[in-house]
Amino acid sequence: MDLTLAENFYRQMLLIRRFEEKCVEMYSKEKIRGFLHLTIGEEAVGVGVMHALTPEDAILATYREHGQALARGIHPNRIMAEMYGKVEGCSRGRGGSMHLFDAATRFYGGSAIVAGALPVAVGMALADKMMKRKRVTVCFFGDGAVAEGEFHESLNLAALWHLPILFVCENNRYAMGTAIEFSHSETNLAKKASCYRIESHQVDGMDVEAVAEAAQNAAESIRAGKGPVFLECLTYRFRAHSMFDAELYRSKSEVEEWKKKDPLLLLYQRYPSIDIDKYESEAAYIINEAVNFADNGTWEPIEDLTRFVYTQEAAQ
Amino acid sequence: MSTVITYREAIRQALRETMERDERVFLMGEDVGRYGGSFAVSMGLLEQFGSERIIDTPLSESAFTGAGIGAALNGMRPIVEIMTVNFSLLALDQIMNNAATLLHMSGGQFNVPLVIRMATGGGKQLAAQHSHSLEGWFAHIPGLKVLTPATVQDAYEMVGLALADPDPVLIFENSLLYNSKGSLDTTSIPLAIGKAKVHREGKDLSILTYGISVFKALEAAEMLASEGIEAEVIDLRSLRPLDDEAIMATVRKTHRVMIVDEGWKSGSISAEIMARINEQAFFELDAPMGRVCSAEVPFPYAKHLEDAALPQPDKIVAMARKLMEES
Repeated sequence: MDLTLAENFYRQMLLIRRFEEKCVEMYSKEKIRGFLHLTIGEEAVGVGVMHALTPEDAILATYREHGQALARGIHPNRIMAEMYGKVEGCSRGRGGSMHLFDAATRFYGGSAIVAGALPVAVGMALADKMMKRKRVTVCFFGDGAVAEGEFHESLNLAALWHLPILFVCENNRYAMGTAIEFSHSETNLAKKASCYRIESHQVDGMDVEAVAEAAQNAAESIRAGKGPVFLECLTYRFRAHSMFDAELYRSKSEVEEWKKKDPLLLLYQRYPSIDIDKYESEAAYIINEAVNFADNGTWEPIEDLTRFVYTQEAAQ
Repeated sequence: MSTVITYREAIRQALRETMERDERVFLMGEDVGRYGGSFAVSMGLLEQFGSERIIDTPLSESAFTGAGIGAALNGMRPIVEIMTVNFSLLALDQIMNNAATLLHMSGGQFNVPLVIRMATGGGKQLAAQHSHSLEGWFAHIPGLKVLTPATVQDAYEMVGLALADPDPVLIFENSLLYNSKGSLDTTSIPLAIGKAKVHREGKDLSILTYGISVFKALEAAEMLASEGIEAEVIDLRSLRPLDDEAIMATVRKTHRVMIVDEGWKSGSISAEIMARINEQAFFELDAPMGRVCSAEVPFPYAKHLEDAALPQPDKIVAMARKLMEES
């Protein structure tokens, strides 16, 4: 892999990390409220997968989706404004952190029902197949989702109907506070997926290059009409589940151990000529702009509260 | 030009015509293809349209309903058939958390033009997991539209109306109506979603109802007429949106109101209608409103018990007499 691509990965992952750190700051200043789930530690998954996609592909993500949204190219200003609940936000302030949407980049949200987006992703891929479009639908979800019925129903349908869909499991080892060994009889989740006759791989989710390569291969295979692919990205969440989590369920030493595999650190060690300072100051500038944009944003008038419940009213 | 056909045939004809007109329309659900539909609604459609547009699904209500949502988001016009309303509870997550919310949650970016059809209602001795009328539950949810065709004409028209709607529409077909016959005029202009219909004019009291209970109410109205009581029978047709205008118009006309609903009373659509009348037309009432609903039990198997649990014409007549006796 060339340095430029590595720099680009580094730049994106750094922006995600600094952006989320700023979100925490804004949360403590009560500019951001509700749930705030950070992806810090897991940046390589979203960045690596997005690299393999074209603008025509569709993305469905979870409530921990800031990283994917940024990597997909939703403007940081609109994401920050959404966190603030402003009308300039990418969901007009109706979604917040967990529900980022953007039609322009075909980003179909942030779903906060674990495994709830998988059936929808299956349907999107079904539509592409029926309309003979060469698109890929990517669905992100966590290890927790693999215990849900909707996961199994959806993988069965995707395989049965040979759909152009990429399932990306971000296995961060915890379903909120419940460790994977307390949730799954078989903790190798790729193995579970392969039971549905889906091509399944485990990938080092801390290594952005490994994720990008696996996603690239998967996307090519899907575009070639070879059916769904399942990637289990082994990763780790460095921060708490949300802002309300005292982290009683895991040890500090475990977290420290995983931090040695920090995706930013790993990439830098591989490409020590990456100009970190340059990307730090660039990220700082972008994030500062985003905060200013959100601070200067406007609140949707209360009269518009019931808009968008039905399309007819939305048009008015 | 009208023909007499069954309710089942009317839906099938509508499905056929809409699929011929629009290649984005497809039907998906359990046993809709090779079996011909669990209530034989889609019989013959597989032969005409092939397995790519008449899709047999595994028993995965949540996944195939969600897949309908996804296909709708991505340019198709899917019709999802769920075998019975009790099974729809397995898909409730998709209906409530995705279909009903995506447009609003995305700030107006993503609408879901999905049609879900399902059988509802009791009366066939199918006991407590196949007989309930839960359409009122779905009418609770902003973002959905809930249609309840009673007549052959509506069974036909509502498929087209639902498909033309940009948002999720649920159609509840009372399974005892599939064999009922009525006249169908395919050239008439369909009555819009959200409009109620007066089936029988009357000056003494109003019976507000929908679905199969329309026919029970009409039967009761005949009996009442012989006693000199003229009941007006209103078919609500749509539980969300409700036609407040038509409801209040009949209240202002007769001043006595009864609601007939196969759903239970507690926390129900019948309760909602009464609340709206209280809010909007309280001083028009000459008597307390009455309700004939299903007994508050999980539906029993034994015929005499099931009959006793359901609204029946004689119960409607008795309630009407009671309302007329109030000064």
